[in-house]
Amino acid sequence: MHRVLGDRRAVAILLGPALLVYTLVMLVPIGWSLGYSFTKGNSITGFSWAGFSNFQRLADDPAVHDALWFTVKYAVVVTAGQVAAGYALALLYTFYLKRASALVRTLVFFPVVLPTVAVGLLFQKFFQVAPQTGPVNSLLELVGLHSVDWFGSAGGSFWVLVLMDVWRSMGFYAVLLFAGLVDIPEEVLESARLDGASGLRLIRHIVLPLSFPVLMSSAIFSINGTLKVFDSIVALTNGGPGSGTTPLTLYMFQTSFTYGDYGYGSTIAVLLTVLCLLVTLVVFRVSRRDLTKG
Amino acid sequence: MSVDAPLRTAPAHAARPAAARRRRPLRGLWAKVLIALLVVVEVYPLVWMFLTSVKSNSDYLNHSTWSLPTHWEWGNYAEAWTTGHIGLYVRNSLLAVVPSLALVLLIGAAAGFALQIMVWKGRSLTLLVFLAGVMVPSQLILLPLFTVYFRTGLSGTLWPLVLTYTGTGLPLTVFMMATYYKTVPRELFEAAAIDGAGILRAFWTISLPMVRNAILTVGLVQFFFIWNDLLVALTFTNSQDLRTVQVGLLNFTGDFGATRYGPLFAAICLNVFGTLAVYLFLNQKVMKGLTGGAVKG
Repeated sequence: MHRVLGDRRAVAILLGPALLVYTLVMLVPIGWSLGYSFTKGNSITGFSWAGFSNFQRLADDPAVHDALWFTVKYAVVVTAGQVAAGYALALLYTFYLKRASALVRTLVFFPVVLPTVAVGLLFQKFFQVAPQTGPVNSLLELVGLHSVDWFGSAGGSFWVLVLMDVWRSMGFYAVLLFAGLVDIPEEVLESARLDGASGLRLIRHIVLPLSFPVLMSSAIFSINGTLKVFDSIVALTNGGPGSGTTPLTLYMFQTSFTYGDYGYGSTIAVLLTVLCLLVTLVVFRVSRRDLTKG
Repeated sequence: MSVDAPLRTAPAHAARPAAARRRRPLRGLWAKVLIALLVVVEVYPLVWMFLTSVKSNSDYLNHSTWSLPTHWEWGNYAEAWTTGHIGLYVRNSLLAVVPSLALVLLIGAAAGFALQIMVWKGRSLTLLVFLAGVMVPSQLILLPLFTVYFRTGLSGTLWPLVLTYTGTGLPLTVFMMATYYKTVPRELFEAAAIDGAGILRAFWTISLPMVRNAILTVGLVQFFFIWNDLLVALTFTNSQDLRTVQVGLLNFTGDFGATRYGPLFAAICLNVFGTLAVYLFLNQKVMKGLTGGAVKG
């Protein structure tokens, strides 16, 4: 019966184009990049063999250490912010707004689809201090505080960046987590309420453990995205002041295209990939263990 | 507070003693204030952006940031579109997005069909190979692609963008299409084949109409990814004539020497309200599609 569905020629025709493009645009370049990390040079000047010197340089380069630290710090803080804000919103949707939540859900979701570059420029002007005092600083002055030059220091830039990325995607995580909360059976909540649990206790002992799996998958998704952050930073601070907000992705980009060093650029890209794989594995392991215990 | 309030106003408590009921309006008020604040935080930046886009330069620099425009400078939009080249950038973006989207959907749906409906050895492994692509950071493929496009003379055209977007869009598209095809019974295609339609025709005339909703959803997800992309566009557009909207917007300040604020904000508005229009019409589908891709990825 499966003879028709096992037609090899048809499989080749249907799958062939996708497999071909995928192989040429992704699989081959991945291997090729690994090869580049053992070379020096770029596509215009040509390449020469460099052995392990790029990896040696990677281990000793203070700029890489800074970028790696910034990447991890940014990923952890933004992931925590996105998931926490998303969860608070999801609780609001589920337990307060209920059926009326569709409009608010749609509204809070919309920044997700906005181009990051546009949002970055908007936040830059929103937080600026000169030549014109932006709304945030105006508000600070209105309540009697002093304006802050947010982009003058790495710390200030970092927090604007965090705020922007939480603003951009909390609606996304809210919808994701809302889907998990709606799945909790009403009878479970009802019987917990009859047993006297309410408010924060109900959330802590019933809702939180039951939504743990969807919280974990949100965290994995978020950390995977935030480790690769590029657009937000390029648009908001371009890595500055100095290299105060430069993550690995941007350092790789600058090394490759500003300084024309493809070999070392590839080495940084390899480091980034390994970091993504490791973090995902660790989060997976942790979430599995907690699930079997709980 | 936000966590606390909703639960106590739940209907299960409606029959509580009067003391509890008397406290409820206040809690309701707090939640309402919170929601109002939320709406302000979401909407005000856009309102501010729009108002600033119709201010003249001196209006922007000399008046309070809260103020309304003294007169509405609609010319900012025309200036952004022509002098600021936004028109050209929009054209470039469309020329890159439309073919990539068509390609990725067509070959992605075909691959999803081959991997989910058809029966052959090694199909789950192939699906896994596609899925692994979701994890890979784009930085890992940029440099070899740049070399190839440079050597083959494709640099200087929009082809590098179309090819790269198609390739990087495939993992998620194939996976989502394969998932949607799970809901279509195989027997349908066997029956169709017995009736004389080949399996290729069954794919085209029977399966595609059945998953057209899924194609729209995946298409929307990919549209936003490709339209909003900066990294790939920044890497492969080596001249001003090739810039996409995002790259153009990033360099907008440079072209005007950072003094023409009105047109800059007009350009940001054009970019934002374009995607917002798509979202307003299809928001339920967009939300479902984007979050659906996340759970599986």
